[in-house]
Amino acid sequence: MNMAKIISNRPFYLGLIVLVFILLFTLPVYGSNYGIILLTNIILYIILTLSWAIFSGPTGYISLASATFLGVGMYTMALLGNEFPLVIAVLAGGLISSCLALLTGALTLRLRGMYFIMFTFGLTQLAKYVVLWWEHHINGITGRYVIIIEPAIVYYYILVIFVFTLLAAYYIRRSRLGLALQSIGENEEAAAHTGINVTLVKVITFGISAFFMGAAGAIMATRWIYIDPSISFNILYSFLPVLMAIFGGMGQLYGPILGAAIFAYLEELLITRFPYYYMLFFGIVLVAAVLYLPNGFVGLIEKWRGRSGERQHEHT
Amino acid sequence: MMVTILNVVIDGILTGGIYSLIAMGFGLQYGVARVLNISHGEFIMLGAFATWSLYTFFGINPLISLVICGPVLFGIGFLIHRTLFSRLQRMSASTGAYEASSLLATFGILFIIQNAALLIWGPFVRGLGIYSYPVSFAGTTFGFNRLITPLFAIVISVAFYLFISRTRLGKAIRAAAQDRVTAGLMGVKINSVLAVCFGLGALMASLAGSLISITYTISPIMGLEYTAIAFIVVVLGGLGSISGSFIGGFLLGLIGSIVSYFDASLALITYYVIFMLLLMVRPTGILGK
Repeated sequence: MNMAKIISNRPFYLGLIVLVFILLFTLPVYGSNYGIILLTNIILYIILTLSWAIFSGPTGYISLASATFLGVGMYTMALLGNEFPLVIAVLAGGLISSCLALLTGALTLRLRGMYFIMFTFGLTQLAKYVVLWWEHHINGITGRYVIIIEPAIVYYYILVIFVFTLLAAYYIRRSRLGLALQSIGENEEAAAHTGINVTLVKVITFGISAFFMGAAGAIMATRWIYIDPSISFNILYSFLPVLMAIFGGMGQLYGPILGAAIFAYLEELLITRFPYYYMLFFGIVLVAAVLYLPNGFVGLIEKWRGRSGERQHEHT
Repeated sequence: MMVTILNVVIDGILTGGIYSLIAMGFGLQYGVARVLNISHGEFIMLGAFATWSLYTFFGINPLISLVICGPVLFGIGFLIHRTLFSRLQRMSASTGAYEASSLLATFGILFIIQNAALLIWGPFVRGLGIYSYPVSFAGTTFGFNRLITPLFAIVISVAFYLFISRTRLGKAIRAAAQDRVTAGLMGVKINSVLAVCFGLGALMASLAGSLISITYTISPIMGLEYTAIAFIVVVLGGLGSISGSFIGGFLLGLIGSIVSYFDASLALITYYVIFMLLLMVRPTGILGK
């Protein structure tokens, strides 16, 4: 009964996803400018959260390096945006972030738990202060201006990055790599004993997840127009993906997406409606979510589905 | 030359003393109560602004405010643990899950306190400007605040260390840090002890905040910067080691003032380079086993 239900549901979900993406891709045709910019922000948050969850979800290694990769992407755009085509600059942002992730991953992924969290936190802070120092002492500037791109084009870029992030997240979950990550999360020693090259798996996944953050940072820099190290390497962008992923729930692929979408929309709503109180509301929502939604929205949905499933079972 | 060295050393002890206070509270909260308190800096900010307000509106001496604000923040911290974190602990399946959810909760607290402070005190940078008159000391002159702040920091740190290592409650705290379940079996009221630890962390933050307000400028958004310092010092001294945090604080302060003597903008970079090198080479810190 249950099995049949899932199978019959499958084309429905696929159709729904295709429909959502058709709507998203045609948005600039019928949407307002505000709508496009709002969705760009929401999708940025989704990319950050989803790519964070690619690595941290299954392994349980909580990375606070997201802001570093985002910032590296932004600075790549600021440096290359004027001289190279947009595509090249965005790809370069992703690649440079990815290389940085591979390097730090190779150096540090043997750190576990709290030590890994602290290291990635330090990485973001260090990146900020080094760039600040470099720009100040070597170049004699504080920030940089970035080329301006039309909102609709930025939107398409961010949407395409989102599609690729989603595909990567989906296929990694289903691949041997995903299984390996899962088993690292369960028990790292056991995973190593079954012949998984634990370090390699972790480093590669860390690199992949950083690619999307860097690319998103590169294209988003054109929306911010002006960047400086405190904007680009803002530690808030390291914390937000963690919050949004846990807010949404990490058990399912749609958890981080749902979490980020709700979170981003809530933020926008609160900032525009209550500019002086929005952080207060935000904090209260956060504490309430931790207390009452321990497994995120996914947990709530699964619980609800499980319950309705049980009820059906009783009836049959 | 001697005067320069003396200046650098005094500066190092000044910042180091404050770093120690911050890190000891933060380390206690993580080491015993298992809460990585991202909002630690906000409690420092609360202490600093409470001290500022008491002086500005009621003319209460900042050094007296130490004993007013400290207990109040202890109470707040104790209550937060009693209502929020103990509940989270009961809900969490494992220590790892508890650490993650309590980290998130402290992030929420950070937002709440910071926003409340902005509403109450406005976004302005404030300073007390008290005790900044010059005094002669060892053949040179110092601002009086630069001498009393480290003195108080040292006295408080030593008192705190003695409290943890000598008193009965301190013993219960150390037992809870080592093995919570066994400590509970030995008759330690574990929930109260954990709440006391969180409260003590807030108390130390408040004391540090009061001292900061005497010497430095303060603003409602100053918190996270001090939380970051607490991270570094705690790793430097070894996670969960109170004496490590004490020594680590002064060490980092001295390093900072020496680097600042040559190029002030390099101080923070140095902190983080040390922090990350330590994590890679010796994550247990200088005093860790």
